[in-house]
Amino acid sequence: MAGGLVLPVSFLELAAEGAGLHIPSEVLYSWLAIAVLLTLGLITSANLKMVPGGLQNFFEFVIGGLENFTVETMGEDGRKVFPVLAAIFLYILTCNFMGLIPGFDSPTNSVNHNAAMALFVFIYYNYWGIRNWGPGYIKHFMGPMPALAPMMIILEFMSHLARPLSLTLRLFGNIRGEELVLILLFMLAPLVATFPLYFLFMLADFIQAFVFFMLTLVYLKGAFEHAH
Amino acid sequence: MRKTLIIALNTIALLGLASFAFAADGGSGVSPMAAIGSAIGMGLAALGCGIGQGIGVKGACEGMARNPEIGGKLTTTLILGLAFIESLAIYALVVCLILLFVKPLGA
Repeated sequence: MAGGLVLPVSFLELAAEGAGLHIPSEVLYSWLAIAVLLTLGLITSANLKMVPGGLQNFFEFVIGGLENFTVETMGEDGRKVFPVLAAIFLYILTCNFMGLIPGFDSPTNSVNHNAAMALFVFIYYNYWGIRNWGPGYIKHFMGPMPALAPMMIILEFMSHLARPLSLTLRLFGNIRGEELVLILLFMLAPLVATFPLYFLFMLADFIQAFVFFMLTLVYLKGAFEHAH
Repeated sequence: MRKTLIIALNTIALLGLASFAFAADGGSGVSPMAAIGSAIGMGLAALGCGIGQGIGVKGACEGMARNPEIGGKLTTTLILGLAFIESLAIYALVVCLILLFVKPLGA
């Protein structure tokens, strides 16, 4: 391989194997992402000032921007679900960026991790739908006219099932594709080809995290609003 | 007449090439049919994705030319739309990766 290194080297995986545990790498790195986010949150909220500086300023900008976007798209109900949405965005962003650091792997690399998140989103928006509308939630699936209801229920059911599938595959395909391209180009032209791609992939990571956040937002909006 | 000739020759060429796919596979490599299938499939997906995203960018540029002051909102909508269209090509990529690495039809 290029550079004579035995690639890829993944520090947490080596540490876990050294300790004799058989934990998959996506679980280890997701724990790392959780630890990073919790630490940043605790540091920021330890001493909050009226005139924020540094880290507090940055987080106010991010969270404020996300909350404005949520309330703009979804109305005031968005404030109830905003913590989950912001957590999804920040967590996926951290996971995606981790893949670009040499020696680390992104947990979003694997289908299992993304399928778990997509399944959670599916259960979460249906939970809010049932909580808001009770058994009347089925009206969301029945289409605009009662005459079309039998056909529409099947169609809407299939389209709702396609949602977690598309969430999973979109995130998995993007992040795994980035990793493969970086590996292949690293074998061909180590620094010259991979360095510019890092910027493209940082942008793509941010966009993918935002798209996941936005799709969850749109599904929740559909669960909160009246049926046709 | 010329168009018919070109189509006929292309068909013969493709059929002739397909006969190579039934030759023996090399060891732990990928079966030739999987390789051809994934290359053509990914190419077609990129074709459709390129056309779709091109039309999207065209709409965004025209919108910005007509109303430059909402350029920021237009850019956000454009980037979001491009990500959705791209995800269709990503589905094709996932199928190609399955064909090449998971080898469901045997190596």
